[in-house]
Amino acid sequence: MITLTVNGEARSFDGDGDMPLLWYLRDELALTGTKYGCGKGLCGSCTVHMNGQAVRSCTTTMAALDGAEITTIEGLSTGGDHPLQVAWAEHDVPQCGYCQPGQIMQAASLLAQNPSPGEEEIRSSMQGVICRCGTYQRIEKAIKTVAGGES
Amino acid sequence: MSTKLSDHMMPPFARKPVVAAVSREAGFNPVRVVSRRDFLKAGGVLVVGVSLFGCSEGESPAAASATETAPGPWSPDVYVTVEADGTVRIVSHRCEMGQGIKTSLPSVVADEMEADWRRVVVEQATGDKKFGDQNTGGSLSVITFYRRMREAGATVRLMLERAAAQQWGVDAAACRAENHRVVHEASGQSADFFELAATAATLAVPGVEELTLKEVDQFRYIGKNLKGVDLEDIVSGKAVYGADVRVPGMKYAAIARPPVVLGKVKAFNADKAMAVAGVERVVELPAPEAPVMYKSLGGVAVIASNSWAALKARDLLEIEWDHGPNADYDSKAFKQTLLDAVRQPGEAVRNEGDFEAAAEEAAHVLEAEYYAPHLNHMMMEPPVAVASVTADGCEIWAPTQAPQSLIPIAAGITGLPEDKIRVNMTLCGGAFGRKGKGDYVEEAVRLSREIGAPVRVQWSREDEVRHGYYHSVSAQHFAAAMDAEGKVTGWRQRLAYPTIFSIFDPAANSPTTLELGLGALTLPYALENLRMEKGSVPAKVRIGWLRSVCAIFQSFGINGFTDEIAHARGVDPLDNLLELLGPDRTIDITAFGMEATEGHPFQTGRLRGVIELAAEKAGWGRELPPGHGLGIAAQYSFDSYAASVVEVAVAEDGSWSVPRVVMTVDCGQVVNMDRAIAQQEGAAIMGLGFVRYGNITAKNGRIQQGNFNNARVVRYGEHPAQTEVYFVENHLAPSGIGEPGVPPFAPALVNAIYAATGKRLRELPIGNRV
Repeated sequence: MITLTVNGEARSFDGDGDMPLLWYLRDELALTGTKYGCGKGLCGSCTVHMNGQAVRSCTTTMAALDGAEITTIEGLSTGGDHPLQVAWAEHDVPQCGYCQPGQIMQAASLLAQNPSPGEEEIRSSMQGVICRCGTYQRIEKAIKTVAGGES
Repeated sequence: MSTKLSDHMMPPFARKPVVAAVSREAGFNPVRVVSRRDFLKAGGVLVVGVSLFGCSEGESPAAASATETAPGPWSPDVYVTVEADGTVRIVSHRCEMGQGIKTSLPSVVADEMEADWRRVVVEQATGDKKFGDQNTGGSLSVITFYRRMREAGATVRLMLERAAAQQWGVDAAACRAENHRVVHEASGQSADFFELAATAATLAVPGVEELTLKEVDQFRYIGKNLKGVDLEDIVSGKAVYGADVRVPGMKYAAIARPPVVLGKVKAFNADKAMAVAGVERVVELPAPEAPVMYKSLGGVAVIASNSWAALKARDLLEIEWDHGPNADYDSKAFKQTLLDAVRQPGEAVRNEGDFEAAAEEAAHVLEAEYYAPHLNHMMMEPPVAVASVTADGCEIWAPTQAPQSLIPIAAGITGLPEDKIRVNMTLCGGAFGRKGKGDYVEEAVRLSREIGAPVRVQWSREDEVRHGYYHSVSAQHFAAAMDAEGKVTGWRQRLAYPTIFSIFDPAANSPTTLELGLGALTLPYALENLRMEKGSVPAKVRIGWLRSVCAIFQSFGINGFTDEIAHARGVDPLDNLLELLGPDRTIDITAFGMEATEGHPFQTGRLRGVIELAAEKAGWGRELPPGHGLGIAAQYSFDSYAASVVEVAVAEDGSWSVPRVVMTVDCGQVVNMDRAIAQQEGAAIMGLGFVRYGNITAKNGRIQQGNFNNARVVRYGEHPAQTEVYFVENHLAPSGIGEPGVPPFAPALVNAIYAATGKRLRELPIGNRV
């Protein structure tokens, strides 16, 4: 039996330990804000926080999560008002929007650890989350808005 | 063509918009007040529908006429409902895939009816022919529906004004709708829309000739920035895409598909798959016969209680395949086939003057070959669909660009009448043309019918990379004749590529006018001797349309070769481009066998406009840092005009980046400025990805890539450091905005690399170093 917390709620899991967290979140908890994009940790659409760190939920197995604290996009803020979510809306970042929860979770983890990241730190953190619509320019603006580099 | 295609099956770019098919005669207005019962059911006060006769996907637009369709029962397309509290509900009937149409078209209605956007609720339509054409693609939504949406809004506005006049006993002409109220200035009376709707619903619908559309300076939303209606849901993770649909009792399916198109299952062993916890059944799907169309590919499906079990067990299936007739496809060898095809004369598709004579007389003939590979869509949300088939009906939930096309498919499989098929359109997590094909939905319908429970079919990334519809691989051979003064006297272009129409007719082996019309036939240069020829090659994978379609490689070749001409002549590329473009004139594209869009003549002056604007904004001719170069390209496509000036920075080790790009567009009246800008920002990034990475290859009929590691796309940090977007400001009839920005980017970039390095790149992709 694996016990963990997801968005502050205690959960237990006794299924296939190989199951990636992604599918547990989506299929069992109906937390569908976390998206499947590649299943191999290559695109970042499935990014969530594990103990405050951004991880790819598609390659994080349930067996590795005993005692872990997981935060998904649904738990990032209470009213969708995390500063990054506000900045994302202000800059109208999304096009199709599918990758954006992963983008926001990645950026939130970056800023939690480094409130004023430089260009290179932003690049190295965000390069793992793919947006096919091509919203990177606005993602950059939104992150810099929150980081205080740009308003 | 051996297969008769109904309209809803046609590629979107193959269908010309019917901009004004509804007769304006005899005051006919396509707007009708819906029956009282309907609006009571809708909980509204006034329900107005716009009937877009002749535009439903299954009907031939040309056949419709007002006399046939005006009287009697009608099929409303777009509903506008004024609810009891004044909320205005506008149905969005097209597919939202990131282009913002779910915001744009309803905002046009809201603007003309003077609704307060904050009190508008946009509701996604289901797939139903009563809504008219829902096949979303070809950058056609605004071009097709702009005017009708305005008329719909103006009709509601006029009816509300007349209702106010009736309630107050004043002259209707003195009543004016303004931001969700109607005011009568002389008496100082005013009323909210909800106070007037009941009266409005009793009035006769005014004729179109009674409507007054707004002047441009009266627009409240059109041409301005409006945030997407799903924005808040997206950033909070609540937005519902195809994979997010949950139906009680739903099972999860993953499918092992034949590695080669038209391959079949010979035998399989599911013992290991069945041993995975959560796996409930294994079901073989029927293999399709040619033509492949949008049919499911067959294979073996694993049904499980969760996605993971299905995916894991699917990989444990032991299947012996008959690889079928396409197992010989080798894209490397096929490149030679394509080059061979363009190295010999082909069938003339455009011929003016006498190129061969011009070449004989020429002082110099410049020749070059261009090649571009297969691409695939790589939208972030792979195909996914949920279907629930019961004895009474079939309900589908899917991210789909062509919802109506799914109805006959589902009816055919289930034996249910079409009116028992319900298609719910979710948001698309990207689509780019891929989600106009119903193969993945067919799988879900078949499986649900088979197991008697709702099923979600989830494609893995590898499934989509290996079993997609691929942008066509192409070769082009160019020749330009020049006289002793360096003046260009002739242009010949030979093209060969597998046609999209091969999915409908396996014997189809050369590009259609529709495909050639996306950038090639419309070559706008003022040349006396101009010849275009097409060669014949077969198709060995499913060829599909991908954002901007053939305009991607046709523009790449034409604009790249144009730049070569400039350098061969020793003329500045911008001057060369403008000189070739020649005097401003209207080109009759019907002379090339193409269909023209009503109200959208091809005017070379507008192309000149975007070129000059891009050059000006980019500071064409300015001094650049060492290793930098500027390149320019322009393209007319989807009835719009676009140009790019790309600045590239090439390091000593050959690595390159794009510090700046200027994208200019003339698409007539812009509807939602911010979303139109976003489309160009995205077009630059997609174009950059095609140049750097885009490359799908096949060996033994199998696609060799599988995931984002080898089917790469642009990542954060690789995007242009600065993307500037400018629109030529005018208020002409709006045209396409989703696709026209992509084609000029790639050639502008390779032209910039030439300017920076002297290296001419005629083959895509070019990789990370040059």
